[in-house]
Amino acid sequence: MKSDTHALHADAHGHDTASHGTLSSYLIGFGLSVVLTAIPFWLVMSGVIASKAATAIVVMLFAVVQIVVHMIYFLHMNTRSENGWTMMALIFTVIMVVIALTGSLWVMHHLNINMMPVHNMSQMP
Amino acid sequence: MTVQTMNIAAGSSETSQPVFHVLDEHAHPEGYSTSLGFWIYLMSDCLIFAMLFAVFGVLGGNYAAGPAPKDLFDLKLVAVNTSMLLLSSITYGFAMLTMEKSQVRATQMWLAITGLFGLAFIGIELTEFAHMIHEGATPQRSAFLSSFFTLVGTHGLHVSFGLVWLVTLMVQVARYGLIEANRRRLMCLSMFWHFLDVVWIGVFTFVYLLGMLR
Repeated sequence: MKSDTHALHADAHGHDTASHGTLSSYLIGFGLSVVLTAIPFWLVMSGVIASKAATAIVVMLFAVVQIVVHMIYFLHMNTRSENGWTMMALIFTVIMVVIALTGSLWVMHHLNINMMPVHNMSQMP
Repeated sequence: MTVQTMNIAAGSSETSQPVFHVLDEHAHPEGYSTSLGFWIYLMSDCLIFAMLFAVFGVLGGNYAAGPAPKDLFDLKLVAVNTSMLLLSSITYGFAMLTMEKSQVRATQMWLAITGLFGLAFIGIELTEFAHMIHEGATPQRSAFLSSFFTLVGTHGLHVSFGLVWLVTLMVQVARYGLIEANRRRLMCLSMFWHFLDVVWIGVFTFVYLLGMLR
């Protein structure tokens, strides 16, 4: 186990070299991003998958994978930088985002279903 | 590690009361915590976008008998826009790589190319907005359009401020060279720029692609 000061020093010097990518890592990230962007656009524009729900799920999966690719190859996320505090902050944010998004969509969806009769505005003059 | 230090501190100072803070004064070189602090700012920014995505998710289907995504969006234009932002991300990466090699001119050139791609992105987005507003699809038209303009507009505003920041840093580098402070600032802008690209993945997927599937 290292002492606190040592860890801080190692970090202050270490992350400068660790947090930047290399030419190959940028190119790999770019290549993957192009593919992961092009496929969902192609799926939606051409309508290859007949079911819209299935297309939507595939497109969302591609988005999640591409976000991870960007995090690793462009933002250089890893569990080591800043003694893992960047990863901790990211995990906390992801939890908050998931709670906020699913909570909002779930509650408002139920509200919409329960309010159904009011939605029938088309028959009104 | 902290516990260990505290125990040692509590043991050496012969008071019976425990000490709950780290006693050894470690050095804080200038800017050593900037990247973590900036990362936490980005995470808070991420929460802002998450709220705007939630609003769009809730209101995105409320057209108020107005235009729907299918009537408004041109996916080819969005694809071009996406590639502009993606290209600006990789050119910013090249700027960081040349910065590490202390090549001032090459860094400036890549920053300028990044700025041009960013400008193209903003230009295309504003053209799209102008076209929509011209067709009567203004933010006041429906809840869908209000949330659309808020979400996409906030992202565009971030990119615009990123461009202002980029030009500022180019002037800084031209004046003072690639000094330590400027390297740190360029690193922060790099995180900001790549983060905006990550947000754009969410925008083109949830707003444009899923909007066309509705």
